[in-house]
Amino acid sequence: MLRIEQLTKRFGANAAVDNVSFTIDKSAMIGVIGASGAGKSTLLRMINRLADASEGTIAFQGRDVTRLTGSARRKWQSECAMIFQQFNLVPRMDVVSNVLHGTLNRRSTFSTLFNLYPTEDIHTAIEILDRLGIADHAPKRAEALSGGQQQRVAIARALMQDPQIILADEPIASLDPMNAQIVMDALRRIHEEDGRMVIANLHTLDTARRYCDRVIGMRRGRVVFDGTPDQLTTGVARDIYGAGAEFSEAATSTDINALAEARHAVTA
Amino acid sequence: MTDMTQGGAPLAATQDSYMAMVRQKRLYSGIAILVFVVLLVSGFRVANDRNAGGFFDGIHRIFDFPADVVGEAWEKRADLAGLLWKYLPDLIETLNIAAVATLLGAALGLVLSLLSTRGMARWPVLIPLFRRIMDVTRALPEIVVALVLIYMLGGGPIPAMIAIALHTAGALGKLYSEVNENADLKPVDGLTSVGATWSQKMLLGVMPQVAPNYLSYGLLRFEINIRASAILGFVGAGGIGYELRNSMAWGPGRFDEAAAIFILLFVTIVVVDQLSSSLRNRLSEGAKQ
Repeated sequence: MLRIEQLTKRFGANAAVDNVSFTIDKSAMIGVIGASGAGKSTLLRMINRLADASEGTIAFQGRDVTRLTGSARRKWQSECAMIFQQFNLVPRMDVVSNVLHGTLNRRSTFSTLFNLYPTEDIHTAIEILDRLGIADHAPKRAEALSGGQQQRVAIARALMQDPQIILADEPIASLDPMNAQIVMDALRRIHEEDGRMVIANLHTLDTARRYCDRVIGMRRGRVVFDGTPDQLTTGVARDIYGAGAEFSEAATSTDINALAEARHAVTA
Repeated sequence: MTDMTQGGAPLAATQDSYMAMVRQKRLYSGIAILVFVVLLVSGFRVANDRNAGGFFDGIHRIFDFPADVVGEAWEKRADLAGLLWKYLPDLIETLNIAAVATLLGAALGLVLSLLSTRGMARWPVLIPLFRRIMDVTRALPEIVVALVLIYMLGGGPIPAMIAIALHTAGALGKLYSEVNENADLKPVDGLTSVGATWSQKMLLGVMPQVAPNYLSYGLLRFEINIRASAILGFVGAGGIGYELRNSMAWGPGRFDEAAAIFILLFVTIVVVDQLSSSLRNRLSEGAKQ
């Protein structure tokens, strides 16, 4: 399905993403982990074509999308939704309008200027919001919502695109543990119920273990781990993050359940 | 998962109420567009009726003057270099008026802006006073101030400089205070906590944040002031505007001089624009290593 070959992105002399290759055969939920600056965001931005690759190819269902331009690139972007750490909604517009932005690729500038979205699209947008549990907030401005609610609006915008792939760049890094769980549950449910592929950059290992079918670990732009969540042991994690023996996962975990485990570990 | 199935109003009700809101918004924007078009057309017609000649009768003549100027300048293109050299001192005088006026105006505007920004003002009760001072200096057209001063002080660059500086103080003060409103007040809190005075807080806490924007507005104002100081030349403030009026008032025969002056002004604006954008980049991103 998604095939990435020798993908490289250089900024000057540094390679942010360095010769990355992997293949995803069937729709799955993939977690990408690694330290800040490991190239996770750049990788996702290249797949969505927000950033151009220096070398290598990205192919989806046999189609090379690496060097599309103009309307072909925008068409690809509409098929491959992106969710951002900081939500990237338009703060002053209402929630439904933000969700309807998912249809922009199909609409002309003129009709969006005068807010002339078809009624059925508006109904669909509210149904998606209802599915994510935030239909009550439909007429509010996006900036009036909490972080967790805004991220669900961003997910609704992604679903409105009816994409084959959803890319999520640190979707829960700005959220508290409870909202993080709601957002991750929503992403998992979208994968299971709709069969959409989800690729998420994650900054916590327990999230990757709990929600993902496959985990890719990156360090300094290279893929250093690619396997199932079970294979992601503490030793492997130390390699991915370049940490020593003092590395303890529970110390920085955001999982609510990990709190009890950590306290247990300290008192034991 | 509990949060995901919460539901206040049923889905259909939410959809209906949102659709009603959308219809209302569309109605309002339709009315707004209609009002806009009606105002535009009727306003244009009123202006056109009051006009001595009428827009559509005169439109073909609009390009006659530029065509005459370009035509004559092209005929006498051999003299152009000499004319450019001849008017260079006048250009420098005009630039000089603009530069001094911009510096004085920016300094005054900076103080006024700091004194009239909520959260930063030295005397918060006096904010309205400083705002009104800026309004007054901004409301007075430069040319009116210059004419009054020329009457009192006699012709020359000084009245023009004072007139432009006053207007600049008001205009930049307004822009600067808007920049200040967007500045982060946390560093100011930090400096208050160590016992800094108001001027120290402004200098060390606010200036580093706002300096790039100040500079870019200041340079934009410099460009506007070059044009303003050229216009003030028309009313006797000297500089290149005085020469431009002479060459244009004489009609055909000296249009080559007018063309030379236009070229000088155009090149100056381009150079100032290029310089200001590179300066701004250096200030906001740091010098390239």
